[in-house]
Amino acid sequence: MEDEPFFDRILNKITEIVFYPINIGGVDILPIVVWLIVAAVFFTFYLGFLNIRGFAHAINLVRGRYSKPEDAGEVSHFQALATAVSGTVGLGNIAGVAVAITLGGPGATFWMILAGFLGMSTKLAECTLGVKYRKEHADGTVSGGPMYYLRDGLAGLGLAGLGKVLAAAFAVFCIFGSLGGGNMFQANQATAQILSVTDNEGNTTLTWVIGIAFALAVGLVIIGGIKSIARVTEKVVPFMAALYLLACLVVILGNLEKVPGAFGDIVSGAFSPEGITGGVVGVLIGGFQRAAFSNEAGIGSASIAHSAVKTNEPSTEGHVALLEPFIDTIVICTMTALTIVISGVWEDGEGVEGVALTSSAFETVVPWFPNVLAIAVILFAFSTMISWSYYGMKATGYLFGDNQVAENVYKVVFCIFTVLGAVTALDSVLGFSDAAIFLMSVPNVIGLYILARVLRKELAQYRAKIASGEIQRVK
Amino acid sequence: MATTVIVGIDGSDPSKRAVDYAVSLAQVQKVDLVVVHVIPWSPYSFNTPSENESRGEQKKAEIKAATSQIIEPAVAAASSSPCKVTPLVRHGDPVDTLVELARDFDATAIIVGRTGDSRVKRALFGSIPGHLVHESTIPVTVVP
Repeated sequence: MEDEPFFDRILNKITEIVFYPINIGGVDILPIVVWLIVAAVFFTFYLGFLNIRGFAHAINLVRGRYSKPEDAGEVSHFQALATAVSGTVGLGNIAGVAVAITLGGPGATFWMILAGFLGMSTKLAECTLGVKYRKEHADGTVSGGPMYYLRDGLAGLGLAGLGKVLAAAFAVFCIFGSLGGGNMFQANQATAQILSVTDNEGNTTLTWVIGIAFALAVGLVIIGGIKSIARVTEKVVPFMAALYLLACLVVILGNLEKVPGAFGDIVSGAFSPEGITGGVVGVLIGGFQRAAFSNEAGIGSASIAHSAVKTNEPSTEGHVALLEPFIDTIVICTMTALTIVISGVWEDGEGVEGVALTSSAFETVVPWFPNVLAIAVILFAFSTMISWSYYGMKATGYLFGDNQVAENVYKVVFCIFTVLGAVTALDSVLGFSDAAIFLMSVPNVIGLYILARVLRKELAQYRAKIASGEIQRVK
Repeated sequence: MATTVIVGIDGSDPSKRAVDYAVSLAQVQKVDLVVVHVIPWSPYSFNTPSENESRGEQKKAEIKAATSQIIEPAVAAASSSPCKVTPLVRHGDPVDTLVELARDFDATAIIVGRTGDSRVKRALFGSIPGHLVHESTIPVTVVP
């Protein structure tokens, strides 16, 4: 692709437009991030802080308190949540937080947490609608997600034309996003981690070998249908996440006396940062941006994953989904942030950033942990790739009327892009892939606004059934 | 009213003998039999998105296979029983499900076959009859 500067230019142009910064008072603000935050604030108020009011109910749903005996054997709420979370938790939680703190100081953490809290409302909205408008196929499998609520939901409001356009736009962006941010970016970062811990940086041959190995593993799962690889990953990822949180706790507990100070830094840094470009607004935007990158609220991807659950009440999945930004951003990102702030590495880290900064924070207490972190990064990347290949395949299926040939072509293309992602250092391609993921939020959020009243009605009738006792706990 | 006995089966030879034993019991005492196969399933396992998508169909296929391969032969074997035989297929944790069914049917006993797992497996996970004996509030008979 290096000899195609024209292609490069197009990709760069698209990236520039999506991430076009508007300079306000010396601070670069990305409109796409503002777009997501405004949507999250809107739905938080519009749904009357259901992200807080519905929290306990969401926990009870996941614990199976409302699951009837005949639901046994179907996809449980816990499984839907776990699948969606393993597609979301990844490099954003490890590298993204480090970037936010490097640029905005500890105060960025405060705004990340707030963004995660607001993002819970957007997830609640998109996952409720995802289940409400999903399609059941003749073979009993189900498809859902923004494509379907944009097309059928808007058609129900007499906006069939607009709905079709938005749904198609979403599906196209989703395919690009899945190949880029959901695949190339992951393969690229995981490969970089392997090269870094084995002291093989710059070894091109090894890069190809790793890239092809990744592509083979992905291909075995999505083309070969070798479920065992995916199953092993799905089982190991939660274990790695637990290990990661445990390691954070070790660092935090090992420096217990610094915890009150760290929280002080996080709060004071949020409102009166020192020496940060752009002051409060700069910190706020940095924190919000990394949170949006990490939890994908408003992007619409989680809605595809959640639609598989068998439930008569779409609102149950919405409630369960609101836990995702909570787990991803409020719990995992905060732990990473505390680890980095407490260890103090962000202050003396000259030029160290991303995964390397998080890694050095752990190194201060557990010297061998960077190796474990590298394995975690690889597994997180792999599970994210499996999830996104599914999202992209569903989008392909939507565009081509579930044509088997189209879906198979997509799968092969996906594997080719895995290798490309591992070996390429082209910022233009990686930048574009991020851009495509964020572009998904444009049609998705427009649709959410238009369907807001339908959504509120759906949630209200469900809450009324709980209040009246029509829906009761079974355990 | 006849009392009910739960017979948990998995298609193995010991579980066939468990059915025979339950039938002989039914002929002597007046008991109804609930013949159940529990398909091991946990709401807390981790799945891929595509597994989730086809889960509903998968569940139907599992129930169909269990019914034809495990339940129907057992019901045929129990046809000599003078009492009512209720066939059941459930998803869940085998031990918890058997205990719950016993409670739901107000059963007086549970009969299962010995599983015959390897020593290693037994040491790591324990055996289903072993757990059942610990969990059940009614007598459990394990047929070798």
